[in-house]
Amino acid sequence: MTDEPIQKARSPFIEAWEMFARNRSAVAGLIILVLISLGAVFGPALYPTDPFDMVWAPFSPPGDAGFIFGTDYLGRDLLAMIINGARVSLIIGLAAAVVSIVIGVTIGALAGFYRGIIEEILMRITEFFQVLPTLLFSMVIVALFGASLPMITLAIGIVSWTAVARITRAEFLRIRELEYVMASRASGTKNAKLMFRIILPNALPPIIVQSALMVGSAILFEAGLSFLGLTDPNVVSWGQIIGSNRQYILDASYTVTIPGLAIFVTVLAISLVGDGLNDALNPKLRSR
Amino acid sequence: MSDPLLKVQNLRIELTTRDDVVPVIDDLSFELAAQESISFVGESGCGKSMTALAIMGLLPEKIGRVASGSIIFDGEDLTQASEDRLREIRGNDISMIFQEPMTSLNPVYTVGEQIAEVLRAHQGLGQQAAWTMAEELLDAVRIPNAKRRVSDYPFQMSGGQRQRVMIAMALACKPKILIADEPTTALDVTVQAQIFDLLNDLRRQTGTSIIMITHDMGAVAEMSERMIVMYAGRGAEIGGVDEIIEKPLHPYTQGLIACVPHILATVSAERERLLEVPGIVPSLREFGKDQCLFASRCPVRTDICLQKRPPIETDPSGHSVACWHGKDAS
Amino acid sequence: MRVFYAVVLLAAVLVLNFSLMHLAPGDVADTISQSMGGADQEILDKIRADYGLDKPFLVQLGHYIGRVLQFDLGHSFFFNQPVTQLILQRLPATLLLVISAQILALVLGVVLGVYSARKPNSIANYFVTFFSLFGYSAPVFWTGILLLIAFSLKIPWFPVAGMRDVTISGGFWIQFWDVARHLVLPMITLSSIFIALYSRLSRATMMETLGADYIRTAKAKGLSNRQVIYKHALKNSLSPVITQAGIQFSAMMSGAVLVEAVFSWPGLGTLAFQSIIARDTPTILGILFFSALVVIVGNLLTDLALRLVDPRVGGRK
Repeated sequence: MTDEPIQKARSPFIEAWEMFARNRSAVAGLIILVLISLGAVFGPALYPTDPFDMVWAPFSPPGDAGFIFGTDYLGRDLLAMIINGARVSLIIGLAAAVVSIVIGVTIGALAGFYRGIIEEILMRITEFFQVLPTLLFSMVIVALFGASLPMITLAIGIVSWTAVARITRAEFLRIRELEYVMASRASGTKNAKLMFRIILPNALPPIIVQSALMVGSAILFEAGLSFLGLTDPNVVSWGQIIGSNRQYILDASYTVTIPGLAIFVTVLAISLVGDGLNDALNPKLRSR
Repeated sequence: MSDPLLKVQNLRIELTTRDDVVPVIDDLSFELAAQESISFVGESGCGKSMTALAIMGLLPEKIGRVASGSIIFDGEDLTQASEDRLREIRGNDISMIFQEPMTSLNPVYTVGEQIAEVLRAHQGLGQQAAWTMAEELLDAVRIPNAKRRVSDYPFQMSGGQRQRVMIAMALACKPKILIADEPTTALDVTVQAQIFDLLNDLRRQTGTSIIMITHDMGAVAEMSERMIVMYAGRGAEIGGVDEIIEKPLHPYTQGLIACVPHILATVSAERERLLEVPGIVPSLREFGKDQCLFASRCPVRTDICLQKRPPIETDPSGHSVACWHGKDAS
Repeated sequence: MRVFYAVVLLAAVLVLNFSLMHLAPGDVADTISQSMGGADQEILDKIRADYGLDKPFLVQLGHYIGRVLQFDLGHSFFFNQPVTQLILQRLPATLLLVISAQILALVLGVVLGVYSARKPNSIANYFVTFFSLFGYSAPVFWTGILLLIAFSLKIPWFPVAGMRDVTISGGFWIQFWDVARHLVLPMITLSSIFIALYSRLSRATMMETLGADYIRTAKAKGLSNRQVIYKHALKNSLSPVITQAGIQFSAMMSGAVLVEAVFSWPGLGTLAFQSIIARDTPTILGILFFSALVVIVGNLLTDLALRLVDPRVGGRK
């Protein structure tokens, strides 16, 4: 027992990465995600067909005349639409997740740190937002204030921060009672520094996991809105392709299945990565 | 002499851990006569509870198993019995109460229901009869106002009351054996004494044999005629309680007794020497080695202790000990 | 107390509604003038005075809440009907969809969860894992369209759209059967997300419960496996699932909007969709209000259900 070699302390990041790399489905998810991102960034340059151009006869099935995914009801190249749609989906997904994380972390941190009346008020606000059906609420925002990409991003972010706020608050409540926080509080550290330099970094693991999942649900959210037609008419997005083609599923079901598959695979990859992050960052599971 | 009620012979229980199979009970034999009370004593992790679970047929699935030996209850080998047969025995012929009264009762059913349920399962009583019986049992374990409390939920009761409910439940079918696994560890000292009194009284009334599992020598002296001192999955010393307390042969037993000064009749030099057993129980990895497992903590260790497992030696009065230096102590 | 709190929440929704209407570019006068094909400033001002739009914000808010208390949510210019009436016509269809999907998801989720908790290596367990990944990742409207293609177009088991077949008439049971046939696909679609969630949750809580001390007690009593699991473990595992179901009412209402759009289900979601396309603000806000109302009532019902399952909730003496 005593002759085990003394282990060198290792960076928590390396340790988390090793845990993550051991999880095969998480790594697969990460690879898929990287591929999709590369496609979104470089795709339009490598495959410069305009997604709004009528390039061939409508409803040409996949493979017809060299169009891998075929054409939609207006004879537009589905592959070009998918590639350009990836940009919109990923950008809105990321940006909306950032918005909701900023709101959620701020509210959760304030509530968990200050307790008392501030916590009471902030958590009531959180509950209020949980009562409003998120999609309907964001539909209303988009309908009233216009369907530009920034507005859609904002609408998604504004309605989906409640989970982040709850998690952040719970972590803050837990961590603020720990000895090292007490110690630095006793030594007169300023509140802002306590919150963001001392407590927040330790509260990050569950917030990071939740953030990964947020990106996935924001992509689903955007898809739902654009499926309903609440999207910027000047850009292509995956949900919108499905929405605009759905009357024609009898003639060309692939115009619906292919973009849906794109959403499904992207969100699936994100949630696999999220699960992997959860295992890697959750110290309770670490020793197993 | 007639056959004992329970006869455990050369019992070996193996536990599958991540990288090994460990004998948590290693060659244990003992007997329990009808109406007798016997106590298992030892520190945590020495296999007392495992023995109890093996008798109940409740070893953790896929992890623990009886590797060899037998548990003969009323002429029937429980290690060979079918799951259905064991279910008939559990709660009916052999029942058990646990260490944690706070969590051992189901929080979402009334205590009356939880007692009545045993009666319905084993005695074939109907709803109404079982409920009335549950009331009587609550009264018998001295819960005041039993008629009303019977429809309380566990969270409405104190720890001591919940343990009384557990006892009522265990004794509902008048079992031949009651296994009490550290029944008072989680309770206040005053409540502990009440529970012991209750168990003693009920035993006198019903003639149930009791297997007490404890690490409290005081409880042993109060409850049992005979005791088994366990160490690291092996029986260290078996014999009459009075005899062992008077003249412990195994150095481990001596250490345990010295921990509880008040049961020593006279304050002697003994007490000065050993107020606690130094060191800790060996890790599971050490279990099963061919040596005396107590050697690392033993004040009278010699070379042989590290080379060979000590045999069990029994004197004519039935007092047996597994120690190379057992005779030296006398 | 809970009811009082629910009322406060509803009032908050009204304030939000009104603020949104106030903040949004364009007002009732603009809408009316548009529907008249344009109007000059004088007429606009007159309309604004008629509707009280020239009054201060708080006064207008007071008027608005006062009207809502009389069940007056305004008038829909697009449908030319009072909003309340419009919504009450559509509400039953949405409630039918949401409640039946919730029940289906709870029953299937719990059954799958319990089964896979007992048999960690069984097919059911892999099914739960797969299903929870699918349920989380697949857009619900896409799931709906796939089901529509498979079980309505390719294999014509179920009708394509709507809630009733207008050509069918007859007694209650004939109508009932007709609605049920229309309901199957939307219900399955909407519940698919939640089956995943509930089965995962009930698997986790069930596994935790099976390790509890009182389960060991139940086994030591000599109870049968069935009693140990379905009587002692299940009732304890239900509370977290029911709590979650309460939280998910809001998400269900959101999902219903998309599902209704796919299956042309004549409920609030379809109405919301139509009124958004038509920029019919009073109707949109009325729907938001009613959806919040449904969610709040759903939450109150959840509390009641929790009390039934767990005696510790709600402080019986």
